[in-house]
Amino acid sequence: MREFDYRRASDVPGALALLGTEPEARYLGGGTNLVDLMKSGVERPALLVDVRELPLERIEVADDGVLRIGATVTNSDLAAHPEVRRRYPALTQAVLAGASGQLRNMATVGGNLLQRTRCAYFADVSKACNRRVPGSGCPAVAGEHRNHAILGASTHCVAVHPSDMGVALAAFDAVVHYATADGPGAVPLAEFYLPVGDTPHRETALPPGALITGVTLPPAPVAAASRYRKVRERASYAFAIGSVAAALDVRDGVVHDVRLAFGAVASRPWRAQAAERALIGGPATAEAFGAAADAELTAAEPLPGNGYKVTLIRNLVVAVLTELAEESRQTEEATR
Amino acid sequence: MTTTTTGTVPVIGAVGTAHTRIEGRDKVTGAARYAGEIPFAELAHGWLVVSTIARGRIRSIDAAPVLAMPGVLTVLHHGNAQPLESDYVGPMGTPDPALQLFQHDRVPYAGWPVALVVAETSEQAREAAESLTVAYDEEPHDVAFAAGHPEAYVPAGNPRAEAEQEKGDLAAELAASAVVVDSEYSTPEEHHHPMEPHAAAAYWDSGRLEVVDSNQGSIFVAQELARLFSLDQSAVRVRSEHIGGGFGSKGTRPHQVAAAMAATILHRPVRVVMTRRQMFSLAGYRSPTAQRVRLGADPDGRLRALDHQGLNQTSTVHEFVERSADVARAMYDADAHHTVNRVVRLDVPTPTWMRAPGEAPGSYALECALDELAEKCDIDPIALRARNEPTVGPISGLPYSSHRLLACFEEGARRFGWGDRDPRPGVRREGRWLLGTGTAAASFPTLVAPSTAAVTAEADGSYTVRITAADIGTGARTALALVAADALEVTPDRVTVLIGDSDFGQAILAGGSMGTRSWSWAVTLAARSLREQLALGGTVPPEGITARSDTAEALGTLPPRERHAFGAQFAEVAVDIATGEVRVRRMLGVFAAGRIVNPLTARSQFLGGMVWGLSMALHEEAVRDETTGTVVGADLAGYHVAANADVPLIEADWVDDPDEDDPVNIKGIGEVGIVGVAAAVANAVWHATGVRHRHLPIRPDRVLAAGTGALPQAADARG
Repeated sequence: MREFDYRRASDVPGALALLGTEPEARYLGGGTNLVDLMKSGVERPALLVDVRELPLERIEVADDGVLRIGATVTNSDLAAHPEVRRRYPALTQAVLAGASGQLRNMATVGGNLLQRTRCAYFADVSKACNRRVPGSGCPAVAGEHRNHAILGASTHCVAVHPSDMGVALAAFDAVVHYATADGPGAVPLAEFYLPVGDTPHRETALPPGALITGVTLPPAPVAAASRYRKVRERASYAFAIGSVAAALDVRDGVVHDVRLAFGAVASRPWRAQAAERALIGGPATAEAFGAAADAELTAAEPLPGNGYKVTLIRNLVVAVLTELAEESRQTEEATR
Repeated sequence: MTTTTTGTVPVIGAVGTAHTRIEGRDKVTGAARYAGEIPFAELAHGWLVVSTIARGRIRSIDAAPVLAMPGVLTVLHHGNAQPLESDYVGPMGTPDPALQLFQHDRVPYAGWPVALVVAETSEQAREAAESLTVAYDEEPHDVAFAAGHPEAYVPAGNPRAEAEQEKGDLAAELAASAVVVDSEYSTPEEHHHPMEPHAAAAYWDSGRLEVVDSNQGSIFVAQELARLFSLDQSAVRVRSEHIGGGFGSKGTRPHQVAAAMAATILHRPVRVVMTRRQMFSLAGYRSPTAQRVRLGADPDGRLRALDHQGLNQTSTVHEFVERSADVARAMYDADAHHTVNRVVRLDVPTPTWMRAPGEAPGSYALECALDELAEKCDIDPIALRARNEPTVGPISGLPYSSHRLLACFEEGARRFGWGDRDPRPGVRREGRWLLGTGTAAASFPTLVAPSTAAVTAEADGSYTVRITAADIGTGARTALALVAADALEVTPDRVTVLIGDSDFGQAILAGGSMGTRSWSWAVTLAARSLREQLALGGTVPPEGITARSDTAEALGTLPPRERHAFGAQFAEVAVDIATGEVRVRRMLGVFAAGRIVNPLTARSQFLGGMVWGLSMALHEEAVRDETTGTVVGADLAGYHVAANADVPLIEADWVDDPDEDDPVNIKGIGEVGIVGVAAAVANAVWHATGVRHRHLPIRPDRVLAAGTGALPQAADARG
């Protein structure tokens, strides 16, 4: 094995400084993805800066109602937090739909956002991959791509982002906060992952050396009635082949507010804004839900082997929104 | 030892009583050591380098930079490896050319071993191996398996396993049939990956080659290594005490040869452990199959014609036949009966025996076709099987040693609640789930092979059994203790069973569901012989009194019979046709598989087979990348097996079925548990949705594409 240095940071400035000492350095969170990638040779860092001990492990509600989630909060703690469960139930469901209990106890919020695609070509250093080795090619386009992207991809890369958590965060307008040596910064999750284009190896908008310090979620009353549905090829311990995070506020049969995001369809969690626009002010019916999904999915460019995802996502949107509409109707009836 | 005044009371009844594994505590506490972790002084570590091309020649291997890396001791490859013997025929036929390690520059498939890097530590060996530059002259390759491949051929069979068998006039009987099913099925490439990877440490001790290994038959590995290295058989000793799963994959493989080669050159112990990814090309696998089944029947379901054609792939260097069509030869009679196994050579690794080879994929096609016939004839699937139950072997004409398939179905149907089943498909809904139930028959040949055993009466009143058996996680060690205890008429705690050492002599490997039967036979004969000697009286000397057995002669007098274990599989599934998700809700398997030696471990083994069948039905699939010829996602993150959450309420049980020709009445239970499960699940998916899924696995995208087929109203059905 290639030897590497391991250093543990105790505060954010210290972590930034340590990372600055070595060009081939990586921050180490829970290590649930990075360590695997080091074992398979995809990642070969010279220095690991362990950020698990940084004081970023808290979840707080700010005075303005914004939920602040520290970067080192574990997936398990995030899912279990009362404010998350109450205000953003789809986020809890999304986190619990991912990985295993053991992994969720280790994995951090920051690390979850920065996890790499599980494309099998990316993970196998004997194969070409533009994301891993720029310009080497993308064998997935003509090869095995059943679980690859239908939205926002390019001929250079058709990999999908594997996060469940990120899909719920995308639906609820999360903002990613980071620190750099030049000071703090923030970027909306919608702009956090860069378009694939011809530079799939450039994955995020984080400045070089930046450390994610946390994620904020603005208040969103609609999110209290939200749901995450994940479809996978086995009942547990598998990445999504399609998922939907949805929140719906129906008043008198009319869609007052809606949030919708898709997972496993693109190189980033896919906020379905065209579908949301199509729904606002319209009827909360299965027909309208299907039409809204279609409005989003007209942009889909499936490959020969993954066209089923268009049907899957459409069906999921209709099923989840129908469920939420029905629950909303029952709540309305009960409160009358 | 003092003798009690009341004399010795015969103790009988260990066989058939639940016993936890003798070595269970050692295994769960970590005290049991496996081949990859047993310490040796001066141990060096070998790391295999495998080809990255699927066909061609090695142009050059640039070992010099690697030899300069820290800790590197040697690099073995075709330019410097010692010659190996290849001109021999082993018990399994001609040897696998993959064992001819580093003998030439040809590369017949991706993942072919091209070099071994040996270093002081495993980490150094790996880093050096991954740095080794191998240049190839690449040639075009073909890894695309498909039904109707133009180069498919019928392999030469042998008298016990003809590739093609037929009776009657198939075309005429099909033409005369009121009902005909003609369906094509496929199963994908599947891999058997034990939790414990293949690992072997080799060293020389006083002129003997010693190998500490993880295998299914130490004497077989020892004999193969002796032949490869032109050694006297007595000069090779192979031990394999604990094995973390085998499933057919742990025979003689390149890692043992590589370890022996390096130990010979370096004069120190060398261990080679396969990586998970290497196991995808070096440990064998189940070939994909393309199968066609034609059934012709009278309106009442009586079969007039049965035609089962199977096709599998093999490598260009070694022939392996996945005998999918064989299962029909034991299961169902028909006036015209035709079965054939075809093979096509591709630039792929050689497949091998994987749990229930032949029967697992073959039963999927045949038992789904039976279900289709039941639907067309409008009779119950179990009644259809009863109507076609043979009285003698459909092809052999031989009587069955026992044939209790219908007893399995009757007991299974009662417990599963089959009698209340509405046969119509697509009419049961619970929320978003369509529900259905399915059944299928299972069978696996009852085999036995010559084995030897030694049983020693020790001076302290205990007994020691020595036999080159292998406990690959099945509980064989414990089963043999129970068998020996009954044969010796003592309690099992007085019996020590030593296994997994080639010095104990000839014995069959753990395979073909015949290990426990073959070994128990040998242990029983030796124990009986010992008791006769002890009955003569006298004291036991300090070295003990040992009796030996060899079952070859007894097995030669076995009357010719159709000998099989049988079973009935039941499954209930839930299908969401909006997402394509299929979840199994409950499973039941009832088996007629001879006398059950240890109900505790036997139930585990049946359940393990059934879980694997579920996994085969819904999850398992290795996708071969046509460009590189390799498996995409060659690890357990990419190759999905059923997770705990996929496994529902699951039960296995058995009916009485003692084999009267066996001294312990055993048949063998290793493989029948997986047989028929995929068909039961697929038939249940049809019952839920109205769609026949003829290609495994039944993935969400396939279910989505199929929907409810001709039953669009099913999506709105309530009830």
